[in-house]
Amino acid sequence: MAFEYAPAPESRSVVDIAPSYGLFVDGEFRPAEDGKVFKTVSPSSEEVLSEVAQAGQSDVDAAVRAARKAFEKWSALPGAERAKYLFRIARIIQERSRELAVLESLDNGKPIRESRDADLPLVAAHFFYYAGWADKLGHAGFGSDPKPLGVAGQVIPWNFPLLMLAWKIAPALACGNTVVLKPAETTPLSALFFADICRQAGLPKGVVNILTGDGSTGAALVAHPDVNKVAFTGSTEVGKAIARTVAGTEKKLTLELGGKAANIVFEDAPIDQAVEGIVNGIFFNQGHVCCAGSRLLVQESVQDELLEALKRRMSTLRVGDPLDKNTDIGAINSAEQLARIKSLADSGEAEGAERWAPRCELPSTGYWFAPTLFTGVTQAHRIAREEIFGPVLSVLTFRTPAEAVEKANNTPYGLSAGIWTEKGSRILWMADKLRAGVVWANTFNKFDPTSPFGGYKESGFGREGGRHGLEAYLNV
Amino acid sequence: MQTPGHLTPAYSPQAAERLASMADVTASDAALRRFLHGLPGVDAVGLEGRAATLGTRSIKTTAKAYAIDLAISMIDLTTLEGADTPGKVRALCAKGVNPDPTDRTAPKVAAICVYPDMVKTAKEALDGSGIHVASVATAFPAGRAALPVKLADTADAVAAGADEIDMVIDRGAFLSGRYLQVFEEIKAVKAACARPDGTAAHLKVIFENGELATYDNIRRVSWLSMLAGADFIKTSTGKVAVNATPPNTLLMLEAVRDFRDATGVQVGVKPAGGIRTTKDAIKYLVMVNETLGAEWLTPEWFRFGASSLLNDLLMQRQKLSTGRYSGPDYVTVD
Amino acid sequence: MSESRLGVFKTYKLFVGGKFPRSESGRVYEVTDPKGNWLANAPLASRKDARDAVVAARKAFGGWSGATAYNRGQILYRIAEMLEGRREQFVREVAEAEGLSRSKAAAVVDAAVDRWVWYAGWTDKIGQIAGAANPVAGPYFNLSTTEPTGVVAVLAPQESSFLGLVSVLAPVIATGNTAVVVTSERSPLPALSLGEVLATSDLPGGVVNVLSGKAAEMGPHLAAHGDVNAIDLTGADAELATALETAAADNLKRVLRPRDEDWSAEPGTDRLLAFLETKTVWHPIGV
Repeated sequence: MAFEYAPAPESRSVVDIAPSYGLFVDGEFRPAEDGKVFKTVSPSSEEVLSEVAQAGQSDVDAAVRAARKAFEKWSALPGAERAKYLFRIARIIQERSRELAVLESLDNGKPIRESRDADLPLVAAHFFYYAGWADKLGHAGFGSDPKPLGVAGQVIPWNFPLLMLAWKIAPALACGNTVVLKPAETTPLSALFFADICRQAGLPKGVVNILTGDGSTGAALVAHPDVNKVAFTGSTEVGKAIARTVAGTEKKLTLELGGKAANIVFEDAPIDQAVEGIVNGIFFNQGHVCCAGSRLLVQESVQDELLEALKRRMSTLRVGDPLDKNTDIGAINSAEQLARIKSLADSGEAEGAERWAPRCELPSTGYWFAPTLFTGVTQAHRIAREEIFGPVLSVLTFRTPAEAVEKANNTPYGLSAGIWTEKGSRILWMADKLRAGVVWANTFNKFDPTSPFGGYKESGFGREGGRHGLEAYLNV
Repeated sequence: MQTPGHLTPAYSPQAAERLASMADVTASDAALRRFLHGLPGVDAVGLEGRAATLGTRSIKTTAKAYAIDLAISMIDLTTLEGADTPGKVRALCAKGVNPDPTDRTAPKVAAICVYPDMVKTAKEALDGSGIHVASVATAFPAGRAALPVKLADTADAVAAGADEIDMVIDRGAFLSGRYLQVFEEIKAVKAACARPDGTAAHLKVIFENGELATYDNIRRVSWLSMLAGADFIKTSTGKVAVNATPPNTLLMLEAVRDFRDATGVQVGVKPAGGIRTTKDAIKYLVMVNETLGAEWLTPEWFRFGASSLLNDLLMQRQKLSTGRYSGPDYVTVD
Repeated sequence: MSESRLGVFKTYKLFVGGKFPRSESGRVYEVTDPKGNWLANAPLASRKDARDAVVAARKAFGGWSGATAYNRGQILYRIAEMLEGRREQFVREVAEAEGLSRSKAAAVVDAAVDRWVWYAGWTDKIGQIAGAANPVAGPYFNLSTTEPTGVVAVLAPQESSFLGLVSVLAPVIATGNTAVVVTSERSPLPALSLGEVLATSDLPGGVVNVLSGKAAEMGPHLAAHGDVNAIDLTGADAELATALETAAADNLKRVLRPRDEDWSAEPGTDRLLAFLETKTVWHPIGV
């Protein structure tokens, strides 16, 4: 008899979602000036969760105005006082973390195990970390009294809605800027709940403004003449458009864009842990991770052994209800993204790669894609070059360390890379040669507020996290 | 990967033939060292991370009921005290046969585990119950005695009727790199498990993971023991500071999986020491389930070395059937 | 409160290993306000109390120095939260101890709360500004990181019995050291009450040990102690400081000498750096 896990759903009653939300501008919720709204759905059930306002140009103007007005006082506060606001926010996030985790899983589709154990702890830690910088900016290596930039226009993606918000807002506020943030169209809710946390923390009005909307809202925000700083996380395509928009202005720009990371496994790797790292690298958050290890580069001498172990491990992945505590892989965030993943996976087959997926039953409603592996992939295949942003792993092989480096770097992207070997000097040699902003050795997809994150080449520029993350929000 | 049809239990006569194919790696101390040091390394952080993640599985309702009964049926109910008496052992046997006097549907345990001098008492008390008698041997728990003494200890327990022998390895020899000595000692003890009728007591080999210091060592000693003919590999004596932990047990599960892939021989795993709650036990069952699958989820291939665990399982079992939390006054103390 | 009601006095005790013992010597001394009014009898800690405190601090060092910087930061912040919740008590105690007006005492307590917050933010940053990746001329990875020194004996300032105490204690433990603190002799009560805050702030027992009594009595034993790694002499007068620094040389303790201090000013990083070691790791780079 098999050991079948009974459903173990996290209680949805910890979160109370209102039927509609306005824009959060100058400390208050208000409808869009033209009254436009859009619906946000749960990707696992296609259920409408709420209706949110679609911010237009005049709403962007109002939010930037509110942020500008708030900037004067906020930037003049002693750093220690700004710090205490941010510490309050960090603590309230900790207190409300289960509510926020459930909300995130509902709106995004990610498994509760991840929103509970990864996203939310990192969100709180990020605010806690940058809170501590607010009164120590003179010690950060940017001069004795570095100044904030002004109003930051921030646009974030749907893969880690609240975590990306934290990465944007925490350093901005710590440095004395005020912000207008636009969450992704498909995942607006946690940012709106964050607005309520700002209220509970007593944050002065106008310091944080949240504008929900689609790409046009984001475009209007980054183009606004009274925005001093633009921070964007999302696709390379949109990142390039933003870079063109801010060209010729005084706006400071940081971009965290796509990736096609190589996860490189040598024959002397700790195999069991490497398998876990590969799985975590590509199937964490349904593969909706810019730094996902989407290209597995495996040394030919261990290819068979590793792939067999990997397939066995993939067969134990549990795909389904994001709110079930035993789910490993949740729903694809949107129908649009699902279509893109399907199309790229189909191209893999069409171009001659061999497709494999474990047998798994996918729910009948919602957007789902089974964890998938392609072998026989070459650098020429689309699935080796384009970011799929889904649970699809392309397996390539190499014979020597130099060949691994060459293949790993053979991409316009350069966000992250993984190295698996028990040999320390080789780790450092590889890390030296890899053109990527983050290199994980014998681990993957690890994040910490103290650790800078960001890309080389078309994966963007600027770093978020750590002491380095302050630079993007200081006039230095 | 071998198909189940080709599988050979470690205790079957055919296992020895299959292991003979690996004879070259145990032909000399140098060959054995090369083989053991050629096993893939273990990254401690990654191993512990995986065990912790598996520990977050949430086992509810029907799954929990299934897991509790399975866990009870896998217990080697143990008393290994200097103060043990025939009376104490008989009481423990009665408990093992009928764990919950208020609920006869509670399964019996797998074995009663005692010192060699208590085997006869236990055997009589368990007569006809189908519960095995396991005996520790080889100068348990330190293992510090001459080989003839260890073999006599083993033979004595087998002669008294032990169905299973839980031996300890010579950790000193292992840590000083005398791998072949450890290997030969296990082989000798295995031989001492033989009965005149041609059958043999099953051999569990205790590593004392807490004294082996590194995960790499645990992987190496797992392979060494299985090559020497272990029917089960067991984490610990329960007598040192660090006993069974989820990561060190997970590593041993990976070892028996890889060993079966390599040789076709199936070996069991027994975590022992420190597993006291239902929650803990279920974490181990989840590890077995997701690392090895259903084939190992039987008392034949997985055991818990435990004493207080049983009562916690029974209290949780009562909670599931009555809907009320139980208390220690409602389970028997033996 | 009715005027006829008799108040309940608090028995002030030491704080050692997470517990609140009396002095093993059985001694107490009379603590008064600056006008000479009796406030309480404080334990007069002995050489043996100091010895016990060092044992407790050493025992706690492994866990505290091994905790993540983030975890230590959260605990220091928790101390600030708990202190804020007992603000009224500390305002009264500081006012009585130092003869300050209520408003001045309140400012002192507020500054002390904020000081915990300041150091809470440093736990995971000091290593980032004091460490370095060093570009050595060769195929080597070379990284310098900070590590706590170990058990630090702290002679707390004599005048600023609370803000001064917090200002010397917080940086010691922020980086992962454990501390044996000798309070202001004349005004030990706020420091002893701080022990009650520390005991309820998730701070592991033994990380901070608070002894009331005479720096001149316990100082020499702490300065000469073979299992103490550093000593902060802020609360010692010039003559005592010289004697203790001399004694500390026996096992080359790190010594922080007394100096002019403005406890209301924003602290820099020097008190953090004073009790940190730098460890540099070399590793070859090559296939």
